Amino acid sequence: MTYGTEREMTDSVSGGDESVHDVHRYHEEPFWRKYIFATDHKMIGIQYALTALFFLLTGFTFMMLMRWQLAYPGQPIPLIGWLFSDDTMPGGVMVPEFYNQLGAMHGTIMVFLGVVPLAVGAFGNYIVPLQIGAPDMAFPKLNMASYWVYFCGGVVMLASFFVPAGAAKAGWTSYPPLANIETMGQTMWLIGMMFLITSSLLGAVNFLTTIIQLRAPGMSYFRMPFFVWAQFVTAFLLLLAFPPLEAAAFLQLADRLIGTSFFMPSGLVVSGQVLDIAGGGSPLLWQHLFWFLAHPEVYVLILPAMGIVAEIIANNTRKPLWGYKLMVYSLLFLGAMSFIVWAHHMFITGMGTTMGAFFQVTTMIISIPSVIILSGLFLSLWGASMRFTTPMLFALAFLPMFGIGGLTGLPLGLAPTDIPLHDTMYVIGHFHYIVAPGTILALFAGIYYWYPKVTGRKLNDFWGRIHFWGTFICMNGIFMPMFIQGLAGVSRRLYDGGATYDFAANVVQYNELMSIFAWVLALAQIPFFINFFLSIKKGKEVDDNPWKATTLEWTATPTPPLPHVNFETVPTVYRGPYEYSVPDSDSDFTPQNQP
Amino acid sequence: MAEASTVTADRPKHLHPHFVSSEQQFDAAKMGMWLFLVTEILLFSGLFVAYTVFRIWYPEVFSHSAELLDWRLGGLNTIVLLASSLTVAMGVHYAQTNERKKLVRALILTICFAAVFMIVKYFEYTGKFAHGVFPGVNFDPHGTAGGHDYAAYNIPFAAQFFSIYFVMTGVHGLHVLIGIGLFSWIVIRANKGHFSSEYYTPVEITGLYWHLVDIIWIFLFPLLYLI
Repeated sequence: MTYGTEREMTDSVSGGDESVHDVHRYHEEPFWRKYIFATDHKMIGIQYALTALFFLLTGFTFMMLMRWQLAYPGQPIPLIGWLFSDDTMPGGVMVPEFYNQLGAMHGTIMVFLGVVPLAVGAFGNYIVPLQIGAPDMAFPKLNMASYWVYFCGGVVMLASFFVPAGAAKAGWTSYPPLANIETMGQTMWLIGMMFLITSSLLGAVNFLTTIIQLRAPGMSYFRMPFFVWAQFVTAFLLLLAFPPLEAAAFLQLADRLIGTSFFMPSGLVVSGQVLDIAGGGSPLLWQHLFWFLAHPEVYVLILPAMGIVAEIIANNTRKPLWGYKLMVYSLLFLGAMSFIVWAHHMFITGMGTTMGAFFQVTTMIISIPSVIILSGLFLSLWGASMRFTTPMLFALAFLPMFGIGGLTGLPLGLAPTDIPLHDTMYVIGHFHYIVAPGTILALFAGIYYWYPKVTGRKLNDFWGRIHFWGTFICMNGIFMPMFIQGLAGVSRRLYDGGATYDFAANVVQYNELMSIFAWVLALAQIPFFINFFLSIKKGKEVDDNPWKATTLEWTATPTPPLPHVNFETVPTVYRGPYEYSVPDSDSDFTPQNQP
Repeated sequence: MAEASTVTADRPKHLHPHFVSSEQQFDAAKMGMWLFLVTEILLFSGLFVAYTVFRIWYPEVFSHSAELLDWRLGGLNTIVLLASSLTVAMGVHYAQTNERKKLVRALILTICFAAVFMIVKYFEYTGKFAHGVFPGVNFDPHGTAGGHDYAAYNIPFAAQFFSIYFVMTGVHGLHVLIGIGLFSWIVIRANKGHFSSEYYTPVEITGLYWHLVDIIWIFLFPLLYLI
């Protein structure tokens, strides 16, 4: 079964006859169409990947600067301190305002410009259409728009450092009233967020339509790889959670620009002066609208990572996933529940015990599907003769790291234990264990796993292992002491890391150790970046299916698949996604398109 | 799921290469628009939450301040928008029955209704501004008009009502303007004969968008003008 070839030969829209390379539907596109304003999902995926990696590095750099201030408060930064202006680091010493800017923008960039675009924009875009046997996303131009709107959002966020008084300083959560009375950087933050929200919404519409409408014949819902399911639920979360934050951003913009008081209470005194505002607003309204997004958002951060890990574990254990259907149902349940737990971020706002009880119960309930998925992944390892490939190392490390992150979250979901721990370093440790050694290790796993599909070459295993061990050890070195500091009562967002507080005297010395781990973590990324860029041309060439995997993306030829084509003929799917080591089969894997 | 049938016949011009059939392309476009409308509903839900909070906090202020909004103008706009929804529905029908002239006429009528809505909104806004009825901190009502002594409406938290009023109707008005832009584009395409009973997806999905803009106004009008 092929698409009509006659039509492509005569199609004047896509380039003209002289540029047709073969009789199939592939047309050589001009440079700007192929690489800049690309509409092919694979090129857009690569654009997302490179941009998101840049932003991950940027957010990490911010944190490395802050870690100097935490380790050695008030001392000038050596070597690079002179690079900064007198507004930010006079004499190389970071001023508190700049520390706050770096903190707020570290969170914003990591979540909205780094991890989500890499997990959804890059992996989702590149892999989902291939795994469901589609030639492209449902709306290629919308896909292009998603990327470029995201790009504009990134530019606005970075540009905000250069407006008077610098970037946003009110934390990534932008709580009013503080955020409302902040300098111009906060307005830039809100505008940047509008771009990023729009980008995510366009992307979510595209993913959902693609997965529902463009599956290849035979690709029923329960034959979809777990990664596609994860992206499917993620797209739903983005679709339903982001618009209320967009509304909130509108309202905060109105507060800042036209003098409304949606989030500003009456009689607010700042620096000894009563503010000249209309008043009568509700700061808590922002918190509700914000967390209505931001709690589902944490699942947006973790679900694609679980999807990647599931693919790699099935492939490298040479076994079907344990409890695939159960995991899928858990995913759906988790997605639905994530919309009714948001106020567990707000236990200290003085909510009544009834409300508190409701959100505590829902929070305990939502931990169950997470545990089911993690258990499914663990049990998949049982009795396997594992291949310890580089992606598998990262995927295996994800499991205990996510476990630590998840378990340390339980005390934060219960008000009696959350209230003393709220806004301490313990919280920072908890969610970084989920996102950094959790999600980011999984994203690295995905890069090592799918790199051969994108380039036709493998990343170097030796340097991959150096990268893995360096990253794994350093990340634990950074985040584990945060639990100790937090339990001792050290708050987050402290300019000096707690040095001026007596109660922190016993734990403040960890700051130096954590900072050193952070800088060594940066060194551990050097082999990765060299490996990543060198292997494009110099890596070991591999065939179309180097991991001997069953899912459809590995049956697409050539490598990488042709733009807007993907498959020579539309594949027909005959079996489930993980038919590894089927008894009485000739090989230990049976691709989904094998009759 | 894609149909497993073999496609050998000539593919129509409107069919993008990554779709198997016109039906699949139409379904995908329609689903995409419905999903987008879900996000629109949720966007306005966030604003309605704000409305609800402040209405519960300041019920008397809200019903008192609402007297300054002219229900006749709001009612006129409601009728105008409902009429425009009718003309859009007729437009989709004429596209399905290959009646190009009638399609163009229906769409132009829709644009006219939308323009009337914006013009009425313009006079409502400027009428308020002329008497110092601004959102938030600039709220300073004065003078008399339409039998109202505006200064009598300068009560605590009245600004909150007008902040909500201007932001919600402002965001809605922005949607109307976008709708006018979309329909202008559709009219040009319809005039060139791009649409037929075989292919009228853009007419249909822009119509869906327009109905949503209409429905949101149906909620805004009573909540702001009447109660």
